Amino acid sequence: MIEMTGISKAFNGNVVLKDVRFNLKEGEIHALMGENGAGKSTLMKILSGIYTKDAGEIKVDGQPVNFKSPKDAEKYGIVVIHQELNILPDLTVAENLFLGKEKTYGPFGILKNREMDREAEELLSKLGLHVNPKTRAGDLSVGKQQIIEIAKAIASDAKYIVMDEPTAALTDREIKTLFETINELKAKGISFVYISHRMEEIFSICDRITILRDGQYVGERNIPETNFDEIVAMMVGRELGERFPERQCDIGDIKLEVRNLTVKGLFENISFNVRKGEVVGVAGLMGAGRTEVAETIFGYRKAHSGDILIDGNKVSIKSPIDAMKHKIGYVTEDRKTKGLVLNFSIQENVALANLKKVSTSGVVKKEKELSLVNQYIEQLKIRTSSPKQSAKSLSGGNQQKVVLAKWLGTEPEVLILDEPTRGVDIGAKKEIYQIINDLAQAGVAILMISSELPEIIGMADRVLVMHEGKLTGEVSKEEMTQERIMHFATGGEQVV
Amino acid sequence: MSKSSKEIISKLGPLIGLILLIIVVSILNPSFLTISNIFNVLRQVSISAIIAFGMTFVILTGGIDLSVGSTLALTGAVAASLLAGGFDPILSMGIALILGLILGAINGVIITKGKVAPFIATLATMTVYRGLTLVYTNGKPISGLGDHASFQLFGKGYFLGIPIPVITTLITFGILYFILHKTTFGRRVYAVGGNEEAAKLSGINADRVKIAVYAISGFLAALSALILTSRLNSAQPTAGQSYELDAIAAVVLGGTSLNGGKGWIFGTLIGALIIGVLNNGMNLIGVSSFWQQVVKGIVILLAVLLDRKKSE
Repeated sequence: MIEMTGISKAFNGNVVLKDVRFNLKEGEIHALMGENGAGKSTLMKILSGIYTKDAGEIKVDGQPVNFKSPKDAEKYGIVVIHQELNILPDLTVAENLFLGKEKTYGPFGILKNREMDREAEELLSKLGLHVNPKTRAGDLSVGKQQIIEIAKAIASDAKYIVMDEPTAALTDREIKTLFETINELKAKGISFVYISHRMEEIFSICDRITILRDGQYVGERNIPETNFDEIVAMMVGRELGERFPERQCDIGDIKLEVRNLTVKGLFENISFNVRKGEVVGVAGLMGAGRTEVAETIFGYRKAHSGDILIDGNKVSIKSPIDAMKHKIGYVTEDRKTKGLVLNFSIQENVALANLKKVSTSGVVKKEKELSLVNQYIEQLKIRTSSPKQSAKSLSGGNQQKVVLAKWLGTEPEVLILDEPTRGVDIGAKKEIYQIINDLAQAGVAILMISSELPEIIGMADRVLVMHEGKLTGEVSKEEMTQERIMHFATGGEQVV
Repeated sequence: MSKSSKEIISKLGPLIGLILLIIVVSILNPSFLTISNIFNVLRQVSISAIIAFGMTFVILTGGIDLSVGSTLALTGAVAASLLAGGFDPILSMGIALILGLILGAINGVIITKGKVAPFIATLATMTVYRGLTLVYTNGKPISGLGDHASFQLFGKGYFLGIPIPVITTLITFGILYFILHKTTFGRRVYAVGGNEEAAKLSGINADRVKIAVYAISGFLAALSALILTSRLNSAQPTAGQSYELDAIAAVVLGGTSLNGGKGWIFGTLIGALIIGVLNNGMNLIGVSSFWQQVVKGIVILLAVLLDRKKSE
């Protein structure tokens, strides 16, 4: 049992945790929730010895402890599995599992490879993962890599495992396997701290939940005794109202049409259209080819065949530059690797797709740049001290808004949104939905890729469903249910 | 401390280092501070600084250009042979500069269209350009360049009492500073180095930006070739050897990250000055040329280590 009480922490005078408590019982799954910046990660970094606390007490099984490094915490069986997995892709599964704890003959570092391979295989099959331990870890899916991380934790006798957003990159099937694994380990007395923004998951797997807001403890609930609305209210400190804001929209003519778009090996014969003022959702499992279709429409990938029409006219899009000429914008899936230049300030990031707009004959005009960014900081409610703040230091929700601002600056008529709210806290999510609604109301044709079905159902007028590179179904607003979408997403037979 | 003032101090680190170095050298040998010696240092620095400016652009995009020394030799030899053949000096210089631009652009095309790592691509062209120089000159120095005033003054002349190479360096610096920090092209250079994928997805033609920076690097190598050739009044086929390393050192000393996307050209100017003052200072103090290399290497290492410490 872990008990944390009165935990406080400040960075350069900036208080990020104040008198926070948290406890974790044997064999329970305890959710830790809060908006971005609420202090979840800091609290867990203190628990795992990455940060030292300024005040407060941590007890493990009643013994006060003071961790100075992750090694100290590991001695007490506390292990963190970070969102960015710690897997070395070029090493084998077994090499990853025993990294830093290799078994050797004698003191000269000669490896007992066969023994390690055998043990790795055994351990993984106990967790329901049957792979050759000699497989290159990078060749496994993210879901399987996650299981390897858990196996690593167990191999080091972990009793308390902290999982930070473990399902962010997993398919539904992989999530199911992961949950089965977690539940089996729980039955053996291993405890989990589960950090996630996905409310559905917390209700399906967790026993208790602790909620933080602005670095402070708000409350603790047993999952069966609480509900969605209560937790949201605790997190944001106010009633949030409807999760998905209402939209009144006149849907107009067809703006974007795609005919038989094919990139060999990725997707084939994709045909659909999006009308002015319409939000068309694109659902599907991870790897269904949704992002690839978006990238092809945007000219980042080369189509082997098929046509793209804007306003009924065939257009040739060979690069993002061409796409932008046709007033297409693309808010990418992964804001850190594809959306932002992290070293750049908010201002520079927003200007990136608008360099022509903020310059005169090739010279950047600071005042134009500033007025552009200030307009969107206000309109999108980007929380920042200054437009010069670096993108790196922003929370996920604010980073996403910066990417949105960059594209709104181009005044798009077609906007493709790829997982627009992934890793974004619930308050910012609603603000982003409102922005999407405002755009649709202004007549922008919106294509929204999302893996969160409630989001698709709440936001889209129509949803296209993809499965393994094919468009397997189209569902109208009236018949939109999770079951129906999943039917097509898992390869249901019915064809459009 | 606010973030920006911290940033300013870390940016001024190299400048503080330079000032300290000048103080130490002047105490050890007061003749360092004579006008003639200072001009001497600046004249030497002008050649390496101009190359390092180009290297800054390349490194900001996350690349590297090892071919600058060979480009300098080849363009210098071509300029010298044209002059020796009685060509118009301005035309000869122009041809050399354009040749530098082309040699650089070739690097850029190999790197972007051929998708070859910059280190490998420019390592190869470094050898090719050096080989071409040897073929072109038959391995012998080219001299007898005539006494065209415009060419002679370029490396040896004075304007208002200031050596012309120094003026050329300052003007070049001013233009490049403007390009890098005030234009959309400069912004694109930082963006490509900071996150190439995000830059491309924001409608930036990353290939074109990269070809341009290598072309700039080649052009500037040719510019310093002209200064060097004029100063020596001849072109050596072995000129510019290991200049690429001094240029990289100047860029790194100036605080530009080899990972790209971070740095500034003022730092490179300071970095080039640090190396120049160090070389000159050690000569004045009478440090043996063997030990000079040891000291130079250690200074570079210390500077980078200090920079690491600061950014932690």
